[in-house]
Amino acid sequence: MAEEKTGKIIKVAGPLVVANGLSEAQMYEVVKVGNEKIIGEVIRIKNNDVYIQVYEETSGIGPGEPVYLTGNPLTVELGPGLISNIYDGIQRPLKDLAKKSGEFIARGIECLALDANKKWTLTPLKKQGDEIEAGDILGEVKETELLTHKIMAPPVFNKGTITSIAPKGDYTVSEVIAEIKDENGKKIEVCLSHKWPIRNARPIAKKLTPSLGLITGQRVIDMFFPIAKGGAGCVPGPFGSGKTVVQHQLAKWSDADVIIFVGCGERGNEMTDLLMEFPELNDPKTGRPLMERTVLVANTSNMPVAAREASVYTGITIAEYFRDMGYSVVLLADSTSRWAEALREISGRLEEMPGDEGYPAYLGSRTAAFYERAGYTQCLGQDKREGFLTVVGAVSPPGGDLSEPVTQNTLRVTKVFWALDASLAYKRHFPAINWLNSYSLYEDNLKEFFDKQGGENFTEFRKKAMAILQKEAELQEIVRLVGIEALSQKDQFLLEIARIIREDFLHQNAFTDVDSFTSLKKQYLMVKTIVDIFIKGEQAISQGKLAKDILTNSLKEKVSRMKLIKEEEIEQFVLLNKEIEQIV
Amino acid sequence: MLKTYKTITEAAGPLVVVGGVENIKYEEMVEIEMQDGQIKRGRVLEANETTAIIQVFEDIRGLNLKGSKAKFLAKTMKLGVSSDMVGRIFDGAGKPKDGGPEIIAEKYLDVNGSPINPYSREYPNDFIQTGISTIDGLNTLVRGQKLPIFSAAGLPHAMVASQIARQAKVLTKNEKGEVEKFSVVFGAMGITFEEAQFFIDEFKKTGALEKAVVFINLASDPVVERITLPRIALTAAEFLAFEKDMQVLVVLTDMTNYCEALREVSAARKEVPGRRGYPGYLYTDLATIYERAGRIKNKKGSITQIPILTMPEDDITHPIPDLSGYITEGQILLSRDLHKKNIYPPIDVLPSLSRLKDKGIGDKKTREDHSGVLNQLFAFYARGREVRELALILGESALTDVDKKYLKFADDFEQKFVNQNYTEDRTIQQTLDLGWELIGILPKEEMKRLKEEHINKYLMSSSPKGEERV
Repeated sequence: MAEEKTGKIIKVAGPLVVANGLSEAQMYEVVKVGNEKIIGEVIRIKNNDVYIQVYEETSGIGPGEPVYLTGNPLTVELGPGLISNIYDGIQRPLKDLAKKSGEFIARGIECLALDANKKWTLTPLKKQGDEIEAGDILGEVKETELLTHKIMAPPVFNKGTITSIAPKGDYTVSEVIAEIKDENGKKIEVCLSHKWPIRNARPIAKKLTPSLGLITGQRVIDMFFPIAKGGAGCVPGPFGSGKTVVQHQLAKWSDADVIIFVGCGERGNEMTDLLMEFPELNDPKTGRPLMERTVLVANTSNMPVAAREASVYTGITIAEYFRDMGYSVVLLADSTSRWAEALREISGRLEEMPGDEGYPAYLGSRTAAFYERAGYTQCLGQDKREGFLTVVGAVSPPGGDLSEPVTQNTLRVTKVFWALDASLAYKRHFPAINWLNSYSLYEDNLKEFFDKQGGENFTEFRKKAMAILQKEAELQEIVRLVGIEALSQKDQFLLEIARIIREDFLHQNAFTDVDSFTSLKKQYLMVKTIVDIFIKGEQAISQGKLAKDILTNSLKEKVSRMKLIKEEEIEQFVLLNKEIEQIV
Repeated sequence: MLKTYKTITEAAGPLVVVGGVENIKYEEMVEIEMQDGQIKRGRVLEANETTAIIQVFEDIRGLNLKGSKAKFLAKTMKLGVSSDMVGRIFDGAGKPKDGGPEIIAEKYLDVNGSPINPYSREYPNDFIQTGISTIDGLNTLVRGQKLPIFSAAGLPHAMVASQIARQAKVLTKNEKGEVEKFSVVFGAMGITFEEAQFFIDEFKKTGALEKAVVFINLASDPVVERITLPRIALTAAEFLAFEKDMQVLVVLTDMTNYCEALREVSAARKEVPGRRGYPGYLYTDLATIYERAGRIKNKKGSITQIPILTMPEDDITHPIPDLSGYITEGQILLSRDLHKKNIYPPIDVLPSLSRLKDKGIGDKKTREDHSGVLNQLFAFYARGREVRELALILGESALTDVDKKYLKFADDFEQKFVNQNYTEDRTIQQTLDLGWELIGILPKEEMKRLKEEHINKYLMSSSPKGEERV
């Protein structure tokens, strides 16, 4: 019995509680603290003292109160009912918390992560006597219109035989639907749901090199700094530079089957915004509400700090679970800096030797281990299905200074870097991704993908447009010294084209319907149009024409309205291109 | 049974260590009785089996270890709240400071509050008209938002805050058919007597004091009390907003003093410091204050927060403005340059931001063209400022014709749009019309952020020279 394994609190300091008399305590075991039995996790054992980080407010708790061991590590429950839910950092549904404790989150409330009474219709795909391996799909549950939930043999054995499997019918998450006898003769019961410790990555067959692009509908990302399905990226930026809007846009428009959004130490209203907006927004592919493919994990900045540390792991474990079903999953973490700060706070309370800026020395290894859970993988199971887990983490560097430890540690392990720039944000150029500093190391891997999906010579147009922007930066220096009139006609023309790329292509308004999402096809046509004007214009100039006669006001206006061409009226580009033909 | 101990073993700055204690609780309230009978309040900062570290809120000058006693009150810090608090002035511990009687509490609330469940929040989307063009037009405030003013020494943040407090109203009418005004909860931390008096006089003049609850900790009052003051003020605000259905505007000044107080306590505890000596948990700590703004589903009241902070050395990357900016929903930045040009309010719109504006503006809220006008004014002004810098190096005559117009736009924008009188209460229509008048300085093909139909509808009507345009 758990009650026998009881210890006593000897110290309380903020989220850290020290107890003794728990000789059986294991590292990262979940414990219940105090008379109110609030949840905590063992993070250090020293002789008789057990150090516990507590996931709720500790005020009013004192030495002498009991501590109970549970024998289990911190786990999440995985099964039908995850989708459309909003959880706190330790997977308690906020909706149920609201029912139990009202508008304000009270302490010591236990809630089941998945609805225990709801019945799900299971369609079995295997039969009795089938030889199976861990990860094989035993059956399916249609969880939402957008998502079929696959019930997999849990990865706790290698090979086995199904000794019994339930017929098609309605089951709750905790009913046993199949029994497996593994090679050692051990019996394994399978329910619709199972638990998994959040700090352990779920096993896979093998990792593959990412080669498919994740289409986000954000022009600056897809065109210039693409991310691969199964890749890892980061978005650092000072406050007000639009990190959250970028993350929200990715959550809305990414070409993925499942989105996990972890609001880690951020604003409560932002989570509310997602909660209100997602049920009303429709998936561009299927027209169903986006909420039907989304799981939200929210630990807002005023919620207990230790649960913030756990929230990113809760999120990524859920993400891995859906990846294992063979889906493309995108995990968005906003913001990993708050996670690192939570680490720092706990580390400070443990009186550990600090590394850079007070962060613990293990910040780098923890960051790397987190991002390494992303990937393009071959999942467990005989069907060798493939899954993708793309991770994009926002970073909030203090003062926008990218040399700080969290940004630097993140940059070492992510391959895409979208640098948000305060000066662009001041000009209301959104997304404020600086095209000169940002990079994507997936460009080469994805060349084939984009040339095929985007259009002929997609990567060539990308390079040309980027070259124009690079050249612009150089010319701007000169203009600042000698004025624009001193430049040659050719250079003046280039500056105008660069301005068009910036204002009419890179600038994208997340809050207007037509502009919020741009298909790859349309992006290609837009860039092609601009680059065509540039090439033809340059020829005309070398034949003596003036820059201002080529870029007439009416042409400029037409180009600037290009982004407002609706996706279904994409043939309008043909007309536009005809007009451009006439310039020369 | 409350226990009293005579075993105070250490006193250092605001901290006192008591030995030989039993059954104490984290954050329990403690009364320290000094040898001369004075009572000082504090709370447990670290609870060990036999020792307690106590943070004392008041000055412990003259404390003698032998003669003093510590009494543990077996309760966490609670504030007695009541509707009668309205119209009164209190100190940082919630005691009346205006000579009036003690409050008879309707109920006692934990000053630390509890986090609002994001699921129960209502998204703030009601436009608040402050009558200040740079806020209403460009950095729109909505009901339930937390929008700080980033100021610096010598800038008129007190005037701006009191103008907002005086003029703020939600335009949508309540069920009684009236435009609701805000009740102000004012928290002053470590500011001077004169500044505090300025606010009180302003509130008196407009009659706002009758509807206000004021908490004051002056520069000469105990430093540690500054740490509890905002929590007490917000506890009162939550009570009025969510139990008494009032629209509450919380003005907190100056958050910089609050953070300094926090640093002082942290240093006394010998904690590992983060940036610039501020504790590593400054972000979390500030969040527990700022996040107590908002609206809740099925409740009529709301809390809108306007914290004021002064940026040391005008530096926006200093940890205090920096961490605040990451928590709050935008910021209003005051600029010394504009102030020197005699422009009031000296709001620099470019680095200012309201994150929630998009949901509070547009058709039915303000006007259909609001979003376009806002984006266009920002883009023009940003370009105008660039041109101004260019003109400084190259001379105005070297500018192209369009750039000359941009320069004129930047100047006119500052003089006409940003600049307004302390008592001038512009309606949102006036602000937007003024915006169109300025937009009209530039040719039409530059107006990339505006919709064609809006240009036709509003540009012609507001600009006297509209018909000359191509």
